[in-house]
Amino acid sequence: MKQIAKTELDTLFAAITAEQKLYIPADDSAGQAQFTLWRPGLALSGRLNTARSAKDLFFPQVENLVGFRMHAGAIERVETREEPEDFVIFGVRACDCRSFSILDRVFLSEPVDTFYQMRRAHATVVTLACTRPEETCFCAAMGVDAADPAGDVTCWLEDGTLLWRANTEKGEALTEKLPMLRPCPADAADAQQARTRALMQKLPLAKLDLSAFGAGKTRALFDRPEWASLSEACLGCGTCTFVCPTCQCYDVEEFRDGSSVRRFRCWDSCMYSDFTKMSAGQPRPTQRERFRQRFLHKLVYFPENNDGVFGCVGCGRCLAKCPIHMNIVKVIKTLGVTHA
Amino acid sequence: MKQDPLIPEIGVVTDIRTDTPDVKTFRVVGLDGKKPFTHIPGQCAMLSVPGVGEALFSITSSPTQTEYLEFSIKKCGCVTDWLHAMEPGRQITIRGPYGNGFPVDTDFAGKDLLFIAGGIGLAPLHSVINYCRHYRSRYGAIDIVYGSRSMEDLVDYPEILNEWSREDGIRVHLTIDREQPEWDGHVGFVPNYVRELAPDTARTVVMCGPPVMIKFTLAALMDLGFDRTSIYTTMELRMKCALGKCGRCNIGTKYVCKDGPVFRFDQLDELPDEY
Ligand code: SF4
Ligand code: SF4
Ligand code: FES
Repeated sequence: MKQIAKTELDTLFAAITAEQKLYIPADDSAGQAQFTLWRPGLALSGRLNTARSAKDLFFPQVENLVGFRMHAGAIERVETREEPEDFVIFGVRACDCRSFSILDRVFLSEPVDTFYQMRRAHATVVTLACTRPEETCFCAAMGVDAADPAGDVTCWLEDGTLLWRANTEKGEALTEKLPMLRPCPADAADAQQARTRALMQKLPLAKLDLSAFGAGKTRALFDRPEWASLSEACLGCGTCTFVCPTCQCYDVEEFRDGSSVRRFRCWDSCMYSDFTKMSAGQPRPTQRERFRQRFLHKLVYFPENNDGVFGCVGCGRCLAKCPIHMNIVKVIKTLGVTHA
Repeated sequence: MKQDPLIPEIGVVTDIRTDTPDVKTFRVVGLDGKKPFTHIPGQCAMLSVPGVGEALFSITSSPTQTEYLEFSIKKCGCVTDWLHAMEPGRQITIRGPYGNGFPVDTDFAGKDLLFIAGGIGLAPLHSVINYCRHYRSRYGAIDIVYGSRSMEDLVDYPEILNEWSREDGIRVHLTIDREQPEWDGHVGFVPNYVRELAPDTARTVVMCGPPVMIKFTLAALMDLGFDRTSIYTTMELRMKCALGKCGRCNIGTKYVCKDGPVFRFDQLDELPDEY
């Protein structure tokens, strides 16, 4: 375990930046925290979490795949990929860090998505333990320990001190380049962890009952009549999917400029009416089916295909951002009531 | 860096055959003039015309065809309109193969087979039928029931007439929806024709066609006493990645692009009714 005074964070960030890019949560002009490229003077946000999730850095909203040049019936393929530089993402919360392992299961399974893989390979993830969880947090119900997040390095902010623990080789390599980090006792974070864990247990959503969900529950949940009332007011705006750290659906589109074509991918949403629309038909004709897809995917389909792991990390973003105040917790509570 | 699976290869369309008023068959090779990749009958490939779009098509040629891949494509939307308007010699992009394909070397081996197709539904079956013809001794009797709106809409009519129906152990039963002066074969819809033919229920069935045809033919097969575990079909949903990652083509826990497109009906029964 290492430590540095909070007043020296600028020195730490400057030293990291000397070697590679550094992103930290900082408040934007609207007062929302966002992962922002660090520059001298940029202050660490005091907010619990970023408005947009950390997935943006590995799975950007828009990403070029390949280019084509068209000449009289012939096609020339043009490489558009840029190898990213090494970067550090500092201040990732436990929930978002867990989301990376969920995205890994999608993008790093065969056939590997090399765009995502490349960004993951270039990144060092430095997480930051939570001390003041909010009422919308239910990471604990999803098996995430906010007091001891994973990542290449784990940090704790405690009484004006930043505690720093390297967890992986990448984390060790970064630590070695930062001489301003001083050794400290291995149990320095223990008291804070105990406090945070006790606090987590008192959160309104800590005891969220997930026993009605998980692998094998499709049949029990698919035709439940409650889907109609749950989805009734859904606008199909896709806000929940865009802010969600684990939502990973994408579209592949093209931009044509004369004889050059750029093929890119961009985030898409299962909440959109044209997501599954075909000329021959539409398997999800109303918002009810699209809404059901989003939640059953996270709560049943994903765990069934991924060793029981839920496709939600309990970050609470969709609770805070949905314009009609619908969210996964309401779905869990409503459908968790089993009818005999 | 390994090439990303989303990035296609360039292919050349060396031949275009007009099958019906709205179906053409495209022959595709790589830039080196060779077959772009090997596949299993029932698998698909993503073809694209950059600037127009990319779409998934089933591979119509048999894996035993070593020189090229063929795709029978019905005109229905941007990419297909463009393909139908193109001249041979032009380039397109291709990536694949995708999906599970038919269990031709396992479940089908040694079986009497019954193929049932409607309209362009012959395309995915064409590959497996020619595979079975090539390895004829590995399979029992083969019956093919194929129907279309009219004579002109029967895909691969010359091949069916001159090759398939002339082979020992293969019986072809063609039908068209309405009477036509030049037609002396069966007239009527596929499901009813299957009822009339009353095939032996020990057969393994492979069925492909428009949803209504599938629905009523399945009902006919059930009435005849067939088992859902021996009836196979292929599914078609909207796709973008074909890699099981873009999240678009799932039916419950299964991704049609990766876990399908071939499913047995007992497997489909396990999935929610959302297709
Ligand atoms: S649940 Fe809420 S945020 Fe999600 S699509 Fe519906 S209205 Fe938008
Ligand atoms: S579903 Fe909601 S709470 Fe769960 S990970 Fe996504 S945004 Fe966070
Ligand atoms: S087409 Fe993308 S998941 Fe199947």
